[in-house]
Amino acid sequence: MTMESSVVAGSEPTVEPRGFELIEREGLETNLLEVSMGPHHPSTHGVFRMDVKLDGETVTELRPVFGYLHRNHEKLAEDMGYLGSMPFTDRLDYFCSMTNNWAYALAGEKMIDLEVPERAEYVRVIMAELTRLVNHIMLVGFFVNDLGALGTPLLYALREREKILDLFEWASGARMMCNYMRFGGLRNDLPEGWLTKCREVVDAFPYFLDEYEKLLVENEIILVRTQNVGVLKPELAINAGITGPMLRASGVNYDLRKVDAYGVYDRFPFRVPMGEVGDCYDRFMVRILEMRESIKILRQAMDELPEGPIMGEAPRVFKPPAGEIYGRIEGPKGELGFYLVSDGTAKPYRYRVRPPSLVNLTVLEDLCLGHKVADAVVILGSVDIVLGEVDR
Amino acid sequence: MEDPSKSTTSEAHTLSDSVDLDDATRSEMEKAGVIVSSVDWLYNWARSGSVWPLQFGLACCAIEMICSAGSRYDIARFGSEVFRPSPRQADLLIVSGTVTKKMAPQVVRIFNQMPEPKYVIAMGACAISGGPFKQGYNVLKGIDRYIPVDVYIPGCPPRPEAVLHSLMTLQKGIRRQRTLGKGSNNPAYVEGNREYPVPSFSGKDLDPPYNPEVWQPPEKRPNMPEDGCP
Ligand code: SF4
Repeated sequence: MTMESSVVAGSEPTVEPRGFELIEREGLETNLLEVSMGPHHPSTHGVFRMDVKLDGETVTELRPVFGYLHRNHEKLAEDMGYLGSMPFTDRLDYFCSMTNNWAYALAGEKMIDLEVPERAEYVRVIMAELTRLVNHIMLVGFFVNDLGALGTPLLYALREREKILDLFEWASGARMMCNYMRFGGLRNDLPEGWLTKCREVVDAFPYFLDEYEKLLVENEIILVRTQNVGVLKPELAINAGITGPMLRASGVNYDLRKVDAYGVYDRFPFRVPMGEVGDCYDRFMVRILEMRESIKILRQAMDELPEGPIMGEAPRVFKPPAGEIYGRIEGPKGELGFYLVSDGTAKPYRYRVRPPSLVNLTVLEDLCLGHKVADAVVILGSVDIVLGEVDR
Repeated sequence: MEDPSKSTTSEAHTLSDSVDLDDATRSEMEKAGVIVSSVDWLYNWARSGSVWPLQFGLACCAIEMICSAGSRYDIARFGSEVFRPSPRQADLLIVSGTVTKKMAPQVVRIFNQMPEPKYVIAMGACAISGGPFKQGYNVLKGIDRYIPVDVYIPGCPPRPEAVLHSLMTLQKGIRRQRTLGKGSNNPAYVEGNREYPVPSFSGKDLDPPYNPEVWQPPEKRPNMPEDGCP
């Protein structure tokens, strides 16, 4: 899985040939130790397995093993109508059901050239940015958990997440599996008083972020454990197809909200935070800074939210013409895309998800080689994976 | 745990329930600082108040399980905030999410590794029956085919309140169990450690498709395939 040698032309392969070997060091004979971390391991964020080969404590080889949560999402989707897959997309990346809905709705709308009313677009932006807050805050919580700060930061994150989940529940009826968007708009309008409450939550969020940053950002242990650990070079990141905060932490300015300007994102001025080194610390900081930008977008979207219908003129039976389409958005973890092939019937002929978590995970070995096994846990935490999306 | 209706022991919730004493004697003794109770009552009170779950998340439901440990729902009020990463230190296995055929052997193995007395909660539609992914080729249609489940929580995902309710239900069940006493039909400890055979892949399905000791396919209906999976 090493990409370095194959993608960067002219560079030396960084890894020695593999295999079980005896290492002689000043008369001491040592063996490489093979450790299987997972699928039940507190650090792996779900049912993910890393087969690591250790020389002492240093990782010399890492083989990720997936498939423990392969739930046949794509196969099931090919067996039901287009809209029937909408609730299943919730369960892909179960932190971010709203953005998953949006990506799928976007692909469907592209297929039949459906106009989405203005109000629906704004509400989508609000929901997506709230989702980004939820995802990043949980990521930071879990990440610091992996660093050994058991409990406290994660509990803080959970507390803030609950407030946003309340908003989701009020609007859509469910805390996690919102199933809120439809081809051409939204399932239902925002309930009365929702905006006021949302404003309260968004206005209080920066104070929480201040507190959180004060606790974590200059914490000495975090600095030592994350800086210069798991450096991802921009060339490798681009060649491996990394997207999202992980790519931006390596210093590549690529944000689909700017590049594609889907929805109404071109109306909001916001900055794209970027890292310089591409280490775990940058990946952690990029997410914290992104939350601040999300709050900016949220404020503006709430101020400008127009009145009007929330559903476009969607056909009662969704039957797109034969053809293929790729719809993508900037999910909290990276580029989330849905590739649909239609044969003219009411069921997709092929349904494929481009999961950002899986693609971002492909460089895991390159990041971990040469680091201690404890750092591998931190690096995995900074990649931000959700197994529902990796295995689908 | 057995069906409570079959249990011969009455539910011993309070001190006075557990030992047969008339009130006069009891108050006399309490004045002298003697409290009479059964060892069972004390044992079960302690056991049910410190059920340590295994820190084991499978899918979406795991997030709600984590939420129930968060400050709003606070599972610590019920004595279960100590999520143990190792099965050797845990009393309760919360199967929180979809069990795929690749994962099922590990779940059974983890159950086998837990010490007695051990309990299982099947959380969410997926763990109960396969849930929304039941039609999938790779999804186990209910973890109760391989290990005995004490409490089921319906929902997709169940709310954290439901997780707490299931825990309280489990505690009620624990308090009905007997730790001492011969001939009880609802014992807390069984001889040795309950271990169930770990399924393995053979061809296209898990082998065996279910453990006949803990699960039997429902009554045979016409068109029902051999393995009981409609
Ligand atoms: S029951 Fe629903 S929420 Fe729980 S694991 Fe299954 S799909 Fe996810």
